[in-house]
Amino acid sequence: MSDYNFAYLDEQTKRMIRRAILKGLAVPGYQVPFASREMPMPYGWGTGGVQVSAATLTPEDTLKVIDQGADDTTNAVSIRKFFENTAGVATTEETEKASVIQTRHRIPEAELSEDQILVYQVPIPEPLRFLEPRETETRKMHALQEYGLMHVKLYEDISQHGAIATSYAYPVKVAGRYVTDPSPIPKFDNPKMNMAAIQLFGAGREQRIYAVPPYTEVVSLDFEDFPFEASKADHPCDLCAAEDSYLDEVILDDAGNRMFVCSDTDYCRSRRDAGHMGRLSEEAA
Amino acid sequence: MTAQTSNSHFSGGFRDPAIQSSHVFRAAMTAMARPGEIKPITGATPPEGLSIAAGCLLLTLCDPETSLYLAPDVDHPAVRDWITFHTGAPFVPAQDADFAVGGWAALTPFDRFRIGTSEYPDRSATLIVELPSFDAPNAELSGPGIKTRAEITLPDIEVLQANAALFPLGFDTYFTAASDICALPRSSRIEPLLMKEG
Ligand SMILES: [Zn+2]
Repeated sequence: MSDYNFAYLDEQTKRMIRRAILKGLAVPGYQVPFASREMPMPYGWGTGGVQVSAATLTPEDTLKVIDQGADDTTNAVSIRKFFENTAGVATTEETEKASVIQTRHRIPEAELSEDQILVYQVPIPEPLRFLEPRETETRKMHALQEYGLMHVKLYEDISQHGAIATSYAYPVKVAGRYVTDPSPIPKFDNPKMNMAAIQLFGAGREQRIYAVPPYTEVVSLDFEDFPFEASKADHPCDLCAAEDSYLDEVILDDAGNRMFVCSDTDYCRSRRDAGHMGRLSEEAA
Repeated sequence: MTAQTSNSHFSGGFRDPAIQSSHVFRAAMTAMARPGEIKPITGATPPEGLSIAAGCLLLTLCDPETSLYLAPDVDHPAVRDWITFHTGAPFVPAQDADFAVGGWAALTPFDRFRIGTSEYPDRSATLIVELPSFDAPNAELSGPGIKTRAEITLPDIEVLQANAALFPLGFDTYFTAASDICALPRSSRIEPLLMKEG
């Protein structure tokens, strides 16, 4: 077993990533540079999240991987298989049974506990990038807490659309200091970032790691006259009748019939298993 | 060199580095994420002068890419040889160190440690401070990682409050005692614990 790298990465690489994670936890929301490694999967497949998970996993962990809330997409399945093979960890689709959850674009509906770690795959870690393309400048803006431009952009939304149009990757302020990108989660998920679990963020191509410790204040940017609202569907899930979950729209036929189902497949299944029935439960069964 | 390898710098490392360092890191990460919480770590048997916990942290976090300062109270040839053999970390003066190890008094003064820059606050030192024990909590923490309040045993409240006031700059600290660790990131707010009337 001596030439076998636990969780794929060599020890020196894991140490470098681990040191970045610790600094990330010590300065919540601040983007720590790290030397991202080539992974046996293309960028866009969560190489940043995979490297953070690899540095975090122990053989005793149970891993769950979700992609837009679902455990069974190609991306989620391949990452799960990758860690089954390289780290020998157990895997699960049940949120409650997972000790480490790697996610792309969603936070599970079930409340996470102190014993869990949520690892986000992040495409663009810099929330100010669309305002300022130069890294040297965005670094300065964070250093000086120069976040006025971000507020101007959000306020322009309000004057043009009557509301803040940003519905994904809605910027947050972490622990009252750094404006941070929550990754492309729907803004529906933003309030959940105030959680008991440890949140780690990995951006592979952009070579950044950041973190939010448990119980850290995470505030979605807003205005006194336009307070932040987590968008909520105005109808229940058609399969499990949940009224508190984020829904995906599914086109059913050419006639334009649609249904709305929980994006979190494990949440929806566990509700159906518990006997909850939605508008289309009969047809779907 | 005799057959007594238990006393040599070749011994006392992790038997299974990948697995043991994963366990130590998880404990160290959880400790940094939840300031004040005490976590046991084991696996290394460092030479006399270093606690098991400090030895485990060094083996897990240090390598030729990280510079290390040894305070005078732990700067013995046996400790140097052991760290060099198992980590390859270069020894440097306090002001250049990524990591620093020693007792509180021996690490003084603290204003020489790196606190990062406003654009790169991560370029700061991590201190590994050896304490006799954690059994006399004298301060209360609040802030990121803490649900309400956490009690902690600190060697000098004022110095650490001054460090916290530098946030987002500042050094981060692991306290070690025997095989236990407890972390104090720069983000924690520190208040003296009011002594209860006995
Ligand atoms: Zn549902």
